[in-house]
Amino acid sequence: MTSHATSAEQNMMVPDLTFEPGMKVFNMKLGMWVFLLSEVMFFTSLIGSYVILRFAHPDHFPEPGVVLNVPLTAFNTFFLICSSVTMVKAFAAIQKGDQQKFKLWLLGTILIGAAFVGIQAYEYSLLVAEHFGPSAAGYAPVGRGMEEGGPIVGGPLYGATFYTMTGFHGAHVSIGVLCLIFVLIQAMRGKYTAADHRGVEVIGLYWHFVDLVWIVLFTIVYLI
Amino acid sequence: MTTEAQGEHHDPPYMMIFAVLLIMTMGEVGFAFLSLPKFWLALGLCVMAVWKALLVALYYMHLRWEPRRLWILVAAPLPLVVILITAVLTEF
Repeated sequence: MTSHATSAEQNMMVPDLTFEPGMKVFNMKLGMWVFLLSEVMFFTSLIGSYVILRFAHPDHFPEPGVVLNVPLTAFNTFFLICSSVTMVKAFAAIQKGDQQKFKLWLLGTILIGAAFVGIQAYEYSLLVAEHFGPSAAGYAPVGRGMEEGGPIVGGPLYGATFYTMTGFHGAHVSIGVLCLIFVLIQAMRGKYTAADHRGVEVIGLYWHFVDLVWIVLFTIVYLI
Repeated sequence: MTTEAQGEHHDPPYMMIFAVLLIMTMGEVGFAFLSLPKFWLALGLCVMAVWKALLVALYYMHLRWEPRRLWILVAAPLPLVVILITAVLTEF
């Protein structure tokens, strides 16, 4: 047997690892979906814990808008929804092979995503300045028209659960922004084409997922 | 295998979904401050949040155009989510 024949034989033994025939999707995409489903369970455990604690200790959780700045966060939610649109626009552009629009929409997504993280950091700084930190025993009102030295609002569980849930989500968004920057660098090098743009689709799935999670968190943490 | 080869070309109404998400978010914020019983407020807000999440999953994550087998995979953890939330609620 020649070395050439051996090589051909070996090639026949190697399956096509880029495509999962059973699921009819490419492997990276299937992997991302499986990862996102594990993330569903992760965030569900956080939300489930929050629900248990809130039912068990309702006195720790003040009414919406008393402690948290709902208008600011609603504005931030608008930002994240906008970033989902720019992401799908980037995906649609690369599907059509429009490299320039693809890069512009991707850059827009990165900027809006970074702005979301920035606004969240600003929100945290405001809350900490109002003595509402992760380990706060309660919220002593000092802002938004409330009298300083008034009764303590909420209890220690509120700060702990709020910062845990929004903090983990913020970390996910930050990681998403870093991944998008990587994808943009790859795009600049001409990695993605109309025929093959799997990386864009996979990071897009992750990005929309963090948007989806925020939709649920915003409702549960800020509005209910 | 490219995404094109899998016949995934479609033209979803991205901007219309964006408008719906935006209007629903504003509606949610307004609804949250209505003077309704807490149960109805929570129920209404949860329904709107789930609706918005579904729109994102179906249209922005393109789940609507994915193979049925992927739908089954995606749906797999959802009963666990329901069990996790509802089972603990029965304690109260």
